[in-house]
Amino acid sequence: MYRYDQYDQALVDARVAQFRDQTTRFLNGELADDEFKHLRLRNGLYIQRFAPMLRVAIPYGTLSARQLRMLAHIARTYDKGYGHFTTRQNIQFNWPKLETVPDILADLAKVEMHAIQTSGNCIRNITSDHLAGVAKDELLDPRPYCELTRQWATEHPEFNWLPRKFKFAFSASTTDRAATCVHDIGVHLVRNEAGEIGYTIFVGGGLGRTPIIGQKIREFLPETDLLSYSEAILRVYNLLGRRDNIYKARIKILVKEMGIAAFRDQVEAEWETLKNGPLKLSKSDIERFKSHFTQPSYDATAQSDTSYAGHLAQDTAFAAWAKRNLKPHREPGYAIAFLSLKARGVAPGDVTHEQMDAIAELAEQYSFGELRATHNQNLVFTDVKQADLYPLWQRLSELGLATPNIGLLTDVICCPGLDFCSLSNASSIAVAEEIFDRFESLDYQHDIGDIKLNMSGCMNGCGHHSVGHIGILGVDKKGEEWYQITLGGSSENNASLGDRTGPSVDRESIADAVQTIIETYLEQRHDESEGFLACYARVGMAPFKARLYPTKAEQAA
Amino acid sequence: MSTLLNLDGVTVTDDALLLADDSPLPPQGSMIVSLARWQAEHSTLATHPAPVAVKLPNTTDVLSLDAAVLALPLLVLDFPGFADGRAYSQARRLRERCGYQGTLRASGAAVVADQLAMMARVGITQFLLRDDQSVAVCQAALSAGGKPMPYQPAQDASHAVFAARRA
Repeated sequence: MYRYDQYDQALVDARVAQFRDQTTRFLNGELADDEFKHLRLRNGLYIQRFAPMLRVAIPYGTLSARQLRMLAHIARTYDKGYGHFTTRQNIQFNWPKLETVPDILADLAKVEMHAIQTSGNCIRNITSDHLAGVAKDELLDPRPYCELTRQWATEHPEFNWLPRKFKFAFSASTTDRAATCVHDIGVHLVRNEAGEIGYTIFVGGGLGRTPIIGQKIREFLPETDLLSYSEAILRVYNLLGRRDNIYKARIKILVKEMGIAAFRDQVEAEWETLKNGPLKLSKSDIERFKSHFTQPSYDATAQSDTSYAGHLAQDTAFAAWAKRNLKPHREPGYAIAFLSLKARGVAPGDVTHEQMDAIAELAEQYSFGELRATHNQNLVFTDVKQADLYPLWQRLSELGLATPNIGLLTDVICCPGLDFCSLSNASSIAVAEEIFDRFESLDYQHDIGDIKLNMSGCMNGCGHHSVGHIGILGVDKKGEEWYQITLGGSSENNASLGDRTGPSVDRESIADAVQTIIETYLEQRHDESEGFLACYARVGMAPFKARLYPTKAEQAA
Repeated sequence: MSTLLNLDGVTVTDDALLLADDSPLPPQGSMIVSLARWQAEHSTLATHPAPVAVKLPNTTDVLSLDAAVLALPLLVLDFPGFADGRAYSQARRLRERCGYQGTLRASGAAVVADQLAMMARVGITQFLLRDDQSVAVCQAALSAGGKPMPYQPAQDASHAVFAARRA
């Protein structure tokens, strides 16, 4: 993974000192509340419903065991003993004290971590495929390009005060696992007909109250021009993005209002003046970043193991876990193992400090000391030897991290909701728990198959409800919690936004409604091979609507 | 009276009068007029004996400015709100696309200690500090001492990490 050099470390250390000074000035009354707000946000610090919330960056989701131990230390020392992995591959702490935040940032800096630009109207953490570097369907490893972009965006002097937040996501594989089409900029690494590496660039995607799928702004951008082109897009957005209405300030609205063609013209004109400037990357720049992301030294004898097959045959619980939580690896004898953060009775994405320490140890023991956070709020060990899977599973089971539900109904994406967030209209975690209880039977979940249930407590859409196969959105109706349901959303290839089923349902009925949708799907699908999205595309909303909103006569019957 | 600092942190005397659009032109002394007034009274202002500078709204497309404006020795950029960063991009366009060589002065609510370093990096060379700002703190913010090298190249003379790693 990427390791800091003296320049990276100096920047992060200086940022800690700067924020310590800003915090002191604020506490001394020398910095106005509103101005400190903007500065603290750019250092990851929100003031939430009950306490501050600190969001720590995990660039493109990669973490070392050493870093995870530091996160455990922070959870234990400054918080209530746990952290929450988010849908943008970051981690949040919900209870730090404002005065201690500079110390937390100093601790993070010791392990090459920070909270720079994890909130505020600036360029946020760069996200990517959690299987980067190991995915079978990958063209090349996107992480060096993510890191280049991260560095370009960090403390960029021109783009610290944008109209609104700005998010990049990278994908380099046939299957988009990074939801790139719902990001402000989605970058797809591609190879053109001449065999050259470059990028297809999408712009103007986003969730929130006006969810929009990103549009293609450039079919092929040469490999050397990633940063200059990004700078051109950001400059046009900074100058022309709306600032009169916070709900219309994202780049998606600008692109929609201008039209992609006119927006592209402006960007290309700007880029003409930038592309041969100092932001142009050389092959050696790219090689330098690539050299940080080397393959681990795989054991060539890993595939000679026979114990794995034996355990699979003998232990049905292990086999169930292997079926859902393992993905094939490029390297013979290795597997990719998912740690489910969606266990019964635990808020999706939450991990305790004890679990973090244990995961760090397991990562060192079984996966070259590294792990990944996914945008589905789970963790991944990318390089586990087949022979180690059984002992790993045993240990994960003891830790409550082996729920065999990756990609199933109870693997919900969920924001913190009303329990923590000051923006939220409704509970999301409690609903997730109710759904968990109802669908806990594994056989039933396996029968339903791959499905994405995404839930947000408000239209800001942190739970990506618009792109859930089933999406649930909390709304406030005269002080009561209600839920709107959408069907057919997807953030993968051919991304789409879900369609509203009809009127929202109340807190008591939401779990029933999900069950009704699932039952309708099971009735309607041709067979197990027809997934929810395909089935919905074929039968449309009508059968779901009919079951969800029966007429009075039908209810009486 | 607000303090005006140069890029090197030295205080400069601000003798330019910011002229309201309906005020008569003073016979002498330097003045700053709005872009609208400049455009309306261009012929008078261009031949006025006293130095004239123009203040640009942060919504102005600087690429559309005519050569006479770009020939002025001083242009004033507006930062009307603490979090409104449009003039950062105007500054870079003025330097890089318009080739503007004169003084770029930042004025407004965002001209505070916490933003000066980034303003300097996009090519702004003079800072009309907001009234409540400590001059000493702002001078420290402008001084290069103790500052890390920034990652990305911009308009400042300082080396960027991207370039330093190539060396």
